[in-house]
Amino acid sequence: MRIADKNHSAVEMVQEALNKAEHFSDHYIFTYINTENALKKAKEIDEKIARGEKVGRLAGVPYALKDNFLSPEGETTASAHILEGFTSPVTATAVQKLEDEGAIMIGRTNMDAFAHGSSTENSYYGPTLNAYDTERVAGGSSGGSAVAVALGIVQFATGTDTGGSIRQPASFNGVYGFKPTYGTISRYGVVAMASSTDCIGFFTQTPEDMDLLMSIASGQDRNDLTTLPDYYVNTESKSAKRVGVIKDFDNESVDEEIRDALRQKTEMLEKKGYEIVELEMPALKYALAAYYIIVPAEVASNLSRYDGIRYGLRSEKATDIETIYNDTRNEGFMPENKRRIMIGNFVLSSGFYDAYFLKAAKARTLIVEEYEKAFQKCDYILTPVSPNPAFKLGEKVNDPVAMYLEDVMSVSLNLAGVPGLAIPAGKTREDNLPIGLQIVGPRRSDKNLLAFAKECIDE
Amino acid sequence: MEIKREDILHLAELSDFALDEREAESLKDDLAGIIKYISQLDELDTEGVEPTYQVFEMENVWREDEILPQDATREELLDLTKEAKDNQIKVPKVL
Repeated sequence: MRIADKNHSAVEMVQEALNKAEHFSDHYIFTYINTENALKKAKEIDEKIARGEKVGRLAGVPYALKDNFLSPEGETTASAHILEGFTSPVTATAVQKLEDEGAIMIGRTNMDAFAHGSSTENSYYGPTLNAYDTERVAGGSSGGSAVAVALGIVQFATGTDTGGSIRQPASFNGVYGFKPTYGTISRYGVVAMASSTDCIGFFTQTPEDMDLLMSIASGQDRNDLTTLPDYYVNTESKSAKRVGVIKDFDNESVDEEIRDALRQKTEMLEKKGYEIVELEMPALKYALAAYYIIVPAEVASNLSRYDGIRYGLRSEKATDIETIYNDTRNEGFMPENKRRIMIGNFVLSSGFYDAYFLKAAKARTLIVEEYEKAFQKCDYILTPVSPNPAFKLGEKVNDPVAMYLEDVMSVSLNLAGVPGLAIPAGKTREDNLPIGLQIVGPRRSDKNLLAFAKECIDE
Repeated sequence: MEIKREDILHLAELSDFALDEREAESLKDDLAGIIKYISQLDELDTEGVEPTYQVFEMENVWREDEILPQDATREELLDLTKEAKDNQIKVPKVL
């Protein structure tokens, strides 16, 4: 991480990032640019440095904040119409920790509204464009954050990952994207999507930067009782010997060039002395169906709080309490938000609960057990992130099931609570589009997983 | 499973959406496709399997029952609403 010091002023670093953000404005990366506050904070850091005072580990580092993290800087909208006008009086724990180390937020990044989507096309503000091809999607839901890092506007950006929302856009834009073990980073002050799978993580250009950010952001938080006791910084280093590949994943549904990239990576690791283990994980085939039952159920519950009463949008058509709810929610949610809320209410309805929600919860048990068994045979698993590289804008946006299939290889990690890192793994031959792979580890292996990621870099 | 217009209207009611005709129709098709996809779980044998609802490794995290200083003041929260009166959020008549 390049931080401000006597020779590199924070003001210059921030100004450079703001200039780049402006230069790439046609990619629709940001929903808000934090010019005034960012420059003010940078100046304060420069003054501290000039006085010889101690500065943080991220002193003067400009970063991009996904628009579902609460802070008083700019409106927090989660790229949804229903949160328009909402400026948070509270600051998310993760944001506070970054700021305490001197990081400076230069802008809020575009996303699929409420993080529902795999392309950032479900944003109320329109889609973010891919860093390598402006006719293609950024991936999603954290599309803006991924592109901000890929284009070198910032050194890092925050993201949230409920089913692949960090890893898939990271792979579509050729950067690192990390979803930690469930419960590693506090979710206090982050717009909730699905509470049993939501995770906070980051986009970076290197595994080292990711490790630094994890050291800073992880840890137990009394404001989020689903945070694990501090383990990240105290992790004992353990070197890996065996790397697993899943037999069922290397099949016809995956783009040939991604399969090639996976093969090349495993061959490289084999040459380095790692043992490659083939794994059978038949229940993973059902992870996506289970995910699109469990997550909508939790979405329906979490998003019932948007009622037009306490904050955000209120429909101008509303005349009484009933229409405040119904018209505000109807106008304020994107079609994909509505689909998920309605599917959630469907799978939880009496008569369907056992066949869908309970069945999915049982499938989840099988998925958790498959990962546990797999990690008895290997230290990490290497898989594709998504079945294809970045697709064309508009290609899948009107076909919800085709869009959901984007997540077929990423969602099982969230259901099992295990960490996964998207790593860059070359480009496609014809279109020069980034290809990503993911390294999956057992719960709480996060720190060693990031160390192993360095082993996976081509020499 | 067939999704009928009444099903969509019922789900819209549960979800508090005032859907118009056109949107109800397109959601009917979308939801039918999604339900068809998720129904493939039927194939998976889950006989005797216990359900998993969360993957947090801990249970019953306790804390002291005490009033802590809050991050937002009452005034800041009331500022977010459309209408406030006498230190309360004002809403239309409910009953």
